[in-house]
This record gives sequence, structure tokens and C-alpha cells, in this order.
Amino acid sequence: MNGLWQRALALALKELRTILRDPRSRFVVFGPPIIQLLVFGYAATFDLNNVKYAVYSEDRGEAARQLLAGFSGSPHFRLTENIQRQQQIAPLITDRDVLMVVHLGPQFSRNLAMGRPAAVQIIIDGRNSNTALIALGYAQTIVNQFNRDWSQSHGIAGPPASLQTRAWFNPNLESRWYFVPGLAGLIVLVVTLAVTSLSVAREREQGTFDQLLVTPMTPLEILLGKSLPGMLIGVAEGTFILLVAVFWFHVPFKGSLLVLYSGLLLFLLSVVGIGLMLSSLCTTLQQALLGSFLFMMPAVILSGFATPIANMPQPVQWLTLANPLRYFLVIVHSVFLEGASFSVLINQFWPMAAIGVISLASAGWLFRHRLY
Amino acid sequence: MNPDVQNRGGSRMRLRGLLRKEFLQIIRDPSSIAIALAMPVILLLLFGYGVSLDAKHVPLALVVEQPSAEAASFTAAFNASEYFNPQAYQDMRSAELALMAGRVDGIVRLRGNFVSRLVRGPDAPIQVVVSGMNANNARLIEGYVSGVWRSWLTQQAGLAGRPLAVPVSVEQRVWFNSAVRSKDFLVPGLIAVIMTLIGAMLTALVMAREWERGTMEALMVTPVSMREILIGKLVPYFALGMGGMALSVIMALWLFGVPLHGSLLLLFLCAALFMLAALGMGLLVSVVARSQFVASLVALVTTFLPAFLLSGFIFDVGSMPHVVQAITYLIAARYFVSILQTLFLAGNVWVIIIPNALALCAMAAVFLLVARRRSHKRLQ
Repeated sequence: MNGLWQRALALALKELRTILRDPRSRFVVFGPPIIQLLVFGYAATFDLNNVKYAVYSEDRGEAARQLLAGFSGSPHFRLTENIQRQQQIAPLITDRDVLMVVHLGPQFSRNLAMGRPAAVQIIIDGRNSNTALIALGYAQTIVNQFNRDWSQSHGIAGPPASLQTRAWFNPNLESRWYFVPGLAGLIVLVVTLAVTSLSVAREREQGTFDQLLVTPMTPLEILLGKSLPGMLIGVAEGTFILLVAVFWFHVPFKGSLLVLYSGLLLFLLSVVGIGLMLSSLCTTLQQALLGSFLFMMPAVILSGFATPIANMPQPVQWLTLANPLRYFLVIVHSVFLEGASFSVLINQFWPMAAIGVISLASAGWLFRHRLY
Repeated sequence: MNPDVQNRGGSRMRLRGLLRKEFLQIIRDPSSIAIALAMPVILLLLFGYGVSLDAKHVPLALVVEQPSAEAASFTAAFNASEYFNPQAYQDMRSAELALMAGRVDGIVRLRGNFVSRLVRGPDAPIQVVVSGMNANNARLIEGYVSGVWRSWLTQQAGLAGRPLAVPVSVEQRVWFNSAVRSKDFLVPGLIAVIMTLIGAMLTALVMAREWERGTMEALMVTPVSMREILIGKLVPYFALGMGGMALSVIMALWLFGVPLHGSLLLLFLCAALFMLAALGMGLLVSVVARSQFVASLVALVTTFLPAFLLSGFIFDVGSMPHVVQAITYLIAARYFVSILQTLFLAGNVWVIIIPNALALCAMAAVFLLVARRRSHKRLQ
């Protein structure tokens, strides 16, 4: 047993040295992920700020002024232009000078004062329909607020029933609270996969893997030796990302570190397993690179990070069951925002363990049985 | 014969030889063809169907503490909505547990005194709780709930014979995508992200491989110049990459039904510029890294996530802080996403196409020139 660990550790040390000795590869493993975390942390948000809009108001009344003040006072919007003619709207939106135009007809204030229904027209660029919907949501909120104030000050009875909405876990619905912890999963996946998926293929291409196979090392020892560097680098970068999430981006951390790290270790186990399996299937680095991309892209895009898994058609949802990132994202989000415990998350833990064990076992088998 | 002319003729011959060799190499090892032609089809198929921001059939808990005609018409409005998949819960506690466990994404609760409050007068409270775990989703659900609520109010007012008094209502006009189908903007964006990777992957290893296998030394003793080597590498992969691009566009148009309002010719011109930039970036990685291992690491770590997160494919670039916006100018996919979304959904809007196309030109030129300058015909 001692010999096993000794040999595995020796191999792990050698692997770590191969990665960290070359200054270029050392930089690639640590530099871009750290820079990317800071950049992506600010980039990945669905909250809109300073959305440029123009006003086309044919009405000079007090009510119109009041409603427009609601728009100009909102941090989400930034007024860039007041236009005078209908024809000016099209070029502004088509050329992306503004995202939306708020239009009030000439009768707006008069209708409102006489108790007739008044309309505010919002023309919006739907080229990114998600952005358009979010901006429309903000606009609706501003109009709702105006309606409440107007009804109150003019003694109009409000609607018979009204909604009282509360959001649990994230009362202000800051999307950064969702995306920044999720980035831990994305970045750790990419780096760990890169480190492990290239390791065996590189030795195969250079012919040194044959030499490894004729040493007294068993496949288990080779497996351990090849997995440990990826795990170590993954834990180090994961820890760094979580610290940045809490102390730099101020995402609240409600749960326990024990649960989070158990999740991280199982996640790394499954990613390392998949990386080694891919790597032992490949005989050249180009194939390994292709294989990693082919796994990484669907793993990230179909993880529920940017678009919810529930929106996917059923066959694609079944595919995501083999995606370890899907489970890890649920764990990170629940531990951060909800403070979830082991018992709530058990259904996220065991699939990752299963993926890890199966892929590592196949990698070990492929070491000796892959013909080339 | 003028030696200059002779040299030029020789150059053409050498280039032809190199191109022939590269083409043969590609045909004999089909992995490049798989990368360029099979990968975009598989990935676009998977993502085009899989990626959607339109939430439908959101699981929602309905808690009605005291059954009544009003409560029944209210819950019927939720049952009729395609956005919700409502489930009745007996009490608030069990609904809260379901929300906690993620079985439902929101709760709508009518308290026991709902009817009496409704009769007595304005603002009878309807309690709504949404899970803020995924903030974007939560905001969508809030919007859908208030849509159902508003149509229920209108319906109730109609029954009572007096129109609903809302001082100001919003009339929305969503241009270029009036059905607000998220697929129409996601599929063009996906093409840009997928082609970024394919371009980088095709060329990231080609130079490094020649160095590592020692064949670069063999090339060095021949009269071919570095420029000819680089062009010889670029042309075949450019042809392959454009093939993949054509397949992607065909799929977007006929499989996913994204409308194309701009010109197809212009689309391919811009795609060619983008392909040059993506291949140029791969080539640069390959030249600088010199070893296949480092080149692969760089390609994996630096291409995919930036193209995914910083291109404006999903996340709005205009809402990012200025420093981050400045960084997005370094991402070729950003220009291509903007061109594609405009060409597909809006048409030939020159004010948007020309600056973005020029930026792609500049990026391609810089990548290729730097790659040229960093590759010397000399041993280390």
C-alpha cells in the first residue's frame, strides 16, 4: 500500500512539474482564469444599466412630464435624445443609437385628466429579445409606480386586488449573485479539463506512455498520479474564485464550507475522470483538443448557467444528466444563497460520484486496452 | 529572364506545392474535416434546440386557503396560461417546502379572507413568492404572474360591467422580433461562438506540430519563405472553415427558421473576414506557443469562455462596466455577433455593418501580421 502511494505521488509530482516548469503553460493555467474571473464577474449579468433611450413626446402637460421623470430618474435608463418627429424613430433604433423610444401622443395628459385611458407607447429593439424583455419589465415597473401615485393623488380607487411580490434568497434579484458563484464551476471545469485531458494524449504522442506502462506501476497508480495534479489545481482555483465571490463581489454565503467542498471535490473527481477518459481515448494532442472542446462546450452551454435546463426540450434534458457541471451549479447556488445541507443536495452529489467512478474506471481500462 | 519575375513564378509554384501538401494532409487525417464540418452541425443542432430563454410550463404552487368563485376564476387563469404548470398545495407550509426543495419556482397564495377583502374594496392582497436563486428567471416569472393577474382583473371588470380603470397602460412594439422568440437572437450568436472555436482549433496546432515533429527543420532547408508556409497553412483551413460556416447558416435558416432580412452575400463577406480573424488568432497561438501542449492549453483556456460571455451573445455588452466593455473590443466574436444579429433580424444596416466589419479586418490583419513577424526561419 505504501508503494502504491509512493509511486502515485512520484508520478503526480512529475505531472505537476511538467505543467508548472514551462513559464508559458504555468501562466496559462493560472493567469487567464484569474483575469477571466474578474472580467466575467462584471460581464455576466442580466441586470441592465444605462440603457440608452429617446423620448418622443407630443404632449407638454404636467402628467407627461411626471411620467417621463420616472424614466429619467431610473438608474436602468439613460436619456440620450429628445426627438420631434415620428420619422426620427426608425433610424435611431435601427442603427442601435438607442434601445428604446418612449412615445407619448398629443392627447396623453388630456385623456388622463378626463379619466380616459391613456397609453404610453414603447418601441424597442428586439434584436436581443432577452434584453428587450428585461427593459420592458423595467418600463412597466416605472409606469405601475406612476399609476399608483396618480390614483392616490387623484382619489381614484386602485384595482380590486393587487400583487405583493417577494423574492426569496435574493430579495433584490441581483443576477450577479447567481452568476458569480456559477463562474467557479465554469472556470474550474475549463482549467481542470485542459490540464487532465492533454496529459495522457501528450505522452501517447511522444511515446513515453509505453514506457510508463512497462514500469511496475499499476493502472490504478497511473490513474492516481494523473488525477492528483488536476484535483490540486482545481481546488486551488476553486478556493480562489469562492474567496473573490464572497469578498470582492459580496455574494452572501449562507451555507457550510463542508458541503461546498464535498461538492467541489466530487465535481473535480468527475471532471478529472472525464478528462482522463478522453485523453486515454486519443492518440494525438489534436484529437485530445477536439475531444475536450466537444465535451466542454455542451457542458457549459447546457449546464443551466446562462439558460435554464427547464426550458430545454426533453431529449436535451436527458443529455444534461451526464453533465457534472449541472449538478455542481445547483450545489454552489443552493449553498451560497439558500444555505442548503447535505440531505437537500443528496441528489446532486451521487450522480457526480457515479460519473467520476465510471469515467475513471474506463480511463484505467483504456490505458492498457486502447490500440493504436 | 529577370530574376525577380523568375522568383515570382517560383513562388507561385512553391505555394502550389505547399497547398497541395496541406490539402492532402487534411484529407488523409479526417480529424480537421470533422472539426470544420461535423462539429458546427452537431453543436448547433444541440444548442439550437437546447438553448432558450423563453420559460414555459414553470412549476408554480397555488395555495387557496378558502375556496370561492373568485378564487376559482383566478386559478383558472393560471391553468389556461402556457407559461405555468400550476400545482395546488393545501397550505403555505407545504408550498414553502416545495419552493425550498426546488420542486416549484414560485408560490401564489390567496389568503382565507381574500373574498371579503375583495368585496370591501381596493387592493385585496395576493401574495406572490418567487425563488430568487436564478434572478433572471425570477424576474420573468414575476412578469408572467402579473400578466395573468392583469388579464384576470380585466375579465372580472368585464363581468361586473365596468371597464378596468388603469390610468396609463403600456403599448409595446418590439421591432425586428415581434414574437420575442429568444431563438432568433441566440442562434446567430451561437454561430459566432462555435465558429470562433473552430477557427482557433483548426490552426492552433498546425505550426506547433511542424516544430515539434521536426518537419519545420526540413521545410527550412527548402527555398520556401515563411510567408509562403503561413499562406499554405491558412488557405485550406479557410476553405474548410467557410464550409462549416455555410452549413451553420443553412441550418439557422431552414432548421431553426431564423429570418434573414439582410443580404446573403454581405453575410458571407463578413463571415470571411471573421474566419480570417479566428484562424489568425489560432495561427498566432500556434506560432507563439511552439509546442502543441502549450498551444492546446492556450486554445482551451482563452477562446471559449471569452467568446461565450463577452461577445454580447447572451449578456448585454452595454450594461457592463466601462473597463469590461473596453476588454470586449478584443474579442472578434463581439463584432460578428453584432453583424449577425443585425443582418438576420434587421437587414443591411450599414451604420452597424461597416464599423464592425472594419474592426474584423483590423483584427485579422493584426493577428496575421504578428504571427508573420513572430515566426522566423531560424532554429532556437
